[in-house]
Amino acid sequence: MGALMKELLLYIQSYLGSDKTPGGAGNIFWATVYILLVFGGLSVAVIAMNWLERKILAHMQVRLGPMRVGPHGLLQPIADAIKLLLKEDIIPAEADKVVFWIAPFIVVLAAFTVFVVVPFGPTHAITDMNIGILFMLGVSSLSVLGIVTAGWASNSHYPLIGALRSSAQMVSYEVAMGLAVLSVILLTSLHGVDLGLYGTGASNPQASGTLSMIGIVQAQQEQGVWFVFKFFPLGLIGFFIFAIAMVAETNRAPFDLPEAESELTAGFHTEYSGFRWSLFFLAEYSAMIAVSSIAVTLWLGGWLRPFPALHGPIITIPHLWTPVDPAAGALDFVFALFPGLTFLFFAAICFFNTARMPKHPLFKIQTMGLAGFGAVLGLIGLLMFIPAVRDRVGDIFWFSAKVAAFMYLYIWYRGTFPRYRFDQLMKVGWKVLLPTGLGLLILTAVFAMHSELWAQFTGAGHP
Amino acid sequence: MNPGVTNPPVATAFFFYLLAATMIIGGILVITRRNAVHSAMALITALLAQAGLYLMLYAPFVAGVQIILYAGGIMVLFLFVIMLINLERTVKERQFNKQWLVGIAAAAALGGLFIAVYTTTTRGKELFSEGRLTYGEGQNTQAIAGLLFDSRTGQYMFAFEIASLLLLVAIIGAVVMAKKRI
Repeated sequence: MGALMKELLLYIQSYLGSDKTPGGAGNIFWATVYILLVFGGLSVAVIAMNWLERKILAHMQVRLGPMRVGPHGLLQPIADAIKLLLKEDIIPAEADKVVFWIAPFIVVLAAFTVFVVVPFGPTHAITDMNIGILFMLGVSSLSVLGIVTAGWASNSHYPLIGALRSSAQMVSYEVAMGLAVLSVILLTSLHGVDLGLYGTGASNPQASGTLSMIGIVQAQQEQGVWFVFKFFPLGLIGFFIFAIAMVAETNRAPFDLPEAESELTAGFHTEYSGFRWSLFFLAEYSAMIAVSSIAVTLWLGGWLRPFPALHGPIITIPHLWTPVDPAAGALDFVFALFPGLTFLFFAAICFFNTARMPKHPLFKIQTMGLAGFGAVLGLIGLLMFIPAVRDRVGDIFWFSAKVAAFMYLYIWYRGTFPRYRFDQLMKVGWKVLLPTGLGLLILTAVFAMHSELWAQFTGAGHP
Repeated sequence: MNPGVTNPPVATAFFFYLLAATMIIGGILVITRRNAVHSAMALITALLAQAGLYLMLYAPFVAGVQIILYAGGIMVLFLFVIMLINLERTVKERQFNKQWLVGIAAAAALGGLFIAVYTTTTRGKELFSEGRLTYGEGQNTQAIAGLLFDSRTGQYMFAFEIASLLLLVAIIGAVVMAKKRI
C-alpha cells in the first residue's frame, strides 16, 4: 500500500517542472486537474458574464440593473440558477422526445470540448494538438447541429425558423472565418524577428507553419509582434473579418436573428424551459468565450503581454525581482505587477461602493457583504505579488484579460447596434467578408514571399 | 519529462473496438430508422467515430477535416434540407425500393474479397503489416502539405487540383440550376 502511494506521488511529481502541457507529457493526473480547473473557471466566467451583461447593459441604458439580491445584485446569477433548476421541465407533447432531449447536450458538449486546446500559457493548457485551431473550428461548428435539432425537435414554427436561420448564418460565416484564420496560419510559417513594418527577417523557404494553438502564439513571440499588427493593415483586416464573423457564429447581437425576440419569440429554444434552457444559455456564453479565445490566440498574442519584444534595462530588486530569463528587464517587472494591481483596483471599487451604500439599518448585511467581497478581491491581489505566484499567473492573466475585453465588446455591441435584417446579414457575409477574406489571403501570401518574388522578378534567381 | 513515466499509447485495442462498434451501430441505424432526421443524426455519430479512427491512425489532420467538412458542414446542409420535408408522410409510407437481397450479396462479395486479399496474398500481408507507422502524429499536417505542394516530394498536386475543379463544376452547376436569371 505504501509503495503504491509512493509510486502515485512520484507520478504526480514527475510532471512538475515539465515544459509541456499535461496532455503533451501524458500525465493523466494533472490533465484531470487542468480539466477541472478550466471547466470550473469557465462556469464561474459564465456566471460572472450573466451578472456583468445585465449590469453593463443596464448602465448603458441609464438603468440600475439587478440591485436586490446581494449588494448591487451580485448574487443575482445564483438566484437565477436556483430558479431555473427548480422550474418545471416541460417537453411539448408533439415534440420528438429523444432528439429534444439530446439537443441541449450536443450544444454544451461542443461548446465545452473546444477548451481542451485553449492555451492560457505555454504550459497552461490541457493539451496541445498538432491540429489545434482546426479542432477548435471543427468542434465549435458542431454546435450548429444541436441548434438545428433543437429547433426541429420542438415541432413548432418559431423554433424551426430560428434553427433554419441559425444554420444558414453559421454555415455562411464559417467560410469568411476560415479565410481569416488561414491568413494567420500563413504568417506562422515566417521566421525571424519582424524588422520594421513589412520586414520578415530571414525568410526561410523550408520553414513550415503550424496549426497548434501554442505554436501560433510562439510564432508571434518569435517574430516579436502580435499578428494583428503584422503587415499593417493586413493583420488588422483579418482580425476585423474574424471579429465580425465570430459574433455571427455565436448568434449574438447584432446578428441574433435566430433568437430575434420581436419576430420569433425566442427562436430555436422557445419550447425549452428550466434546466434544459439553462444548458443553451451556458453553451452560448462558453461559445462566446471560446471564439474570443481563438481571436486572442491568433491575433492578440495569446498569453504574451503587450509589447512582447521590448524588455527595458536589466534590473535586479532583492527578494522581488531576480529574472530567470536573461533577457527580462524592467518592463517585464512592470508588466508582472499588473495582475495584482488589477485585483487591487477591483477591491478599491468595492470599498468605494461600500462607503456609498445607504446608511439605513436594512442595508447593513449588504454593506458587510460588499466589504467582504472587496476584502477577498484585495487578498487575491496581494497574493499575486508573491514572486512564486506572480511568475506563474502572468500568462493566464494576460490571456484572460484579452478575452474579457472581447466579452465587454459583445455586451457593447448588444447595447449599441440594431439587429440586421436577414438579407443584410447574408450580403455582409457573402459579398463583403468573403471577397475581402480572399483578397487578404492572396495579399498576405504576396507580402510573406515578397523578397523571393522580387528576386524572381529581377532575375536574381533563387538560391 | 521523467524518463520513468512513458506515454500510454492512444491506439489501444479498446478504443478501436469502441469506435468501430459506434460506427457499425450508427451505420445500421442510418438505414433502419424511418425518420430521416434520426438517420442523419446516426450518420453524424458514425462520421465522428470515423474521425476518432483517423486519430488512432496518427492522422489528426484528416480527422479534423472530417469533423469540419462532414459532421459540421455537409451534415448541417443535410439536416437543413430534411427539416423542410414533410416527414409525417415519409414515416408512414412503405419503402418501395427493396434491394436488400442484392445489397447483402454485394456486401458479402466485397467482404470475402477483403478477407481473401488479406489472408492469401503476400502483398496483402505487406500492406497491413502489424505496427506499421507512417508519420509521427506531430507532423501529419506538414507531411500532407509536403506530399501535395513540395517541389521535391509533392506528387499529388495535379490530382488535388483536378478534384477541386470537379467541385467548382458542381458549384457552378448548382448556381445555374437554382438561379434562372443571373
